[in-house]
Amino acid sequence: MNFDEIKNLLTKKFGEGVIVEIENNGLQPALQINPDFIVHVCEELRDNKNTWFDFLSCLSGVDHGPEKNKFEIVYHLASIPHKQQLVLKTSRAHDKISSQLPSFQSVSKIWRTAEWHEREAFDLLGIYFEGHPDLRRILLPDDWEGYPLRKDYLAAEEYKGIKIN
Amino acid sequence: MQINKSRYAQLTEGLKPEEMIINMGPQHPSTHGVLRLELITDGEIVKEVIPHMGYLHRCFEKHCESLTYQQIIPFVDRMDYMASMNNDHAFVMGVERMMGIDKDIPKRVEYIRVLVCELNRISSHLIAIGTYGIDIGAFTPFLWCFRDREHIMNMLEWASGSRMLYNYIWVGGLFYDLPVGFEERCSEFINYFKPKLTELNQLLTENQIFIGRTAGIGVLPLDVAINYGCSGPMLRGSGLKWDLRRIDEYSVYPELEFEIPIGKGEMGKLGDCWDRYKIRTEEIAESIRIIEQCLERLQKEFKRSPEFDPRAKLPKKIIPKEQDFYIRAENPKGELGYYFICDGKTEIPKRVKARGPSFNNLSVLPEISRGILIADLIAILGSIDIVLGEVDR
Repeated sequence: MNFDEIKNLLTKKFGEGVIVEIENNGLQPALQINPDFIVHVCEELRDNKNTWFDFLSCLSGVDHGPEKNKFEIVYHLASIPHKQQLVLKTSRAHDKISSQLPSFQSVSKIWRTAEWHEREAFDLLGIYFEGHPDLRRILLPDDWEGYPLRKDYLAAEEYKGIKIN
Repeated sequence: MQINKSRYAQLTEGLKPEEMIINMGPQHPSTHGVLRLELITDGEIVKEVIPHMGYLHRCFEKHCESLTYQQIIPFVDRMDYMASMNNDHAFVMGVERMMGIDKDIPKRVEYIRVLVCELNRISSHLIAIGTYGIDIGAFTPFLWCFRDREHIMNMLEWASGSRMLYNYIWVGGLFYDLPVGFEERCSEFINYFKPKLTELNQLLTENQIFIGRTAGIGVLPLDVAINYGCSGPMLRGSGLKWDLRRIDEYSVYPELEFEIPIGKGEMGKLGDCWDRYKIRTEEIAESIRIIEQCLERLQKEFKRSPEFDPRAKLPKKIIPKEQDFYIRAENPKGELGYYFICDGKTEIPKRVKARGPSFNNLSVLPEISRGILIADLIAILGSIDIVLGEVDR
């Protein structure tokens, strides 16, 4: 199935609201999915024998900086039987001022590999994943404060009395 | 009380009287670096494994926020420090494709890139095999592998000036052409190394003690491997012919002949530790084939000439247009991916995320090591062949 067919499949199955936007400015076109549908979309893309995206290559969290106030998750799927790749994105506005973390649904039940990728996004960007079985910090120490990959992050001056820099 | 207790809390709280928590690592030779495995054991049986990493976290992605594309290449070297050339190659290919110059790269440059990458693949697999032997209790293969790896290190040092962290492959070209006499010395090495590989196979691969320790241990079924995002020898060991050098056909790999070895379950079950180990020895043989073909072409069709300048196509300023791009390539350990986001205005990428193969390969460890002996856990971890520089980045 090519990109347009996948697009049609998703709108047919989940209605027009599922695809918010189609990004087509680079070498790899991407589907911007409504964040409420992302788990269902992923499940459909994995289980449908015409798409069969059984391999999650990469899951990345992105902070779009203070001007846009937007957090994004990018999914890079690969289909081993069809030798295809697909990029899905889903984003939510978040002002960073509120203490609540931006929250997305977890896809770790669909691809178990997402579990560690989502922990990484939680660790470095402070994105919460609903339904994740084990959301802890993965690369940084458990008591680290702040989320380093956020664009407004200020480097910590010390960690437990040890000077940084 | 929290209703949704995380899995970690469920596992570590409320142990039964016969259960005990043992920390393996971070300073333990068989964890191949600074990895800590928290084991919940009952006597000698491992009930659960909880990996803890981050001890080698060097903020790769944070550094990338303030460096230009060329400046990132040395940082990329330090991810999978056993196979720096392969890391560079994947990264550079990604940037070249975004710039749209990937078709302009001279053939000689591409062949040199593949040559050094395959040499590095051999050295990475030699480490995997040697240290795996020592995990199991065989000391000699370790010394033999390191002896032969040292020849490769010396050659690559000759070409790039550095022993392990090369910074040799640049966006649009190479640091330098190969030094005069490199091709001859490389052929000499291949002729020397071929019988050594047979010797190594006789010593370790067909060793009954080794087979007894690895065959039928740590069986990884194919569907689990795919679901956990395993790649490289892990995935091929489970019997799937999946090699990105053939699937994506990048660089000059379509012009080269080589086979993709897969696991067959010869000694035990399909997808066991022995299968994963065997893939690596077979891949070394395939890499030798690729190197021979590269050397032949580098000495005939794409011969060195005084006019050839490997830096001729280097772009003066690397400013890809606004886009995001994911590049994947076959590293010795599996699928290495980089995800770039460019804003189209500056030389500094907005975001670079690295998808390390070891990171995903390691995540399957708790799944395949429930209810095994502690000694077998060492065998399984060794067969995954992780490098912590890449897990922690």
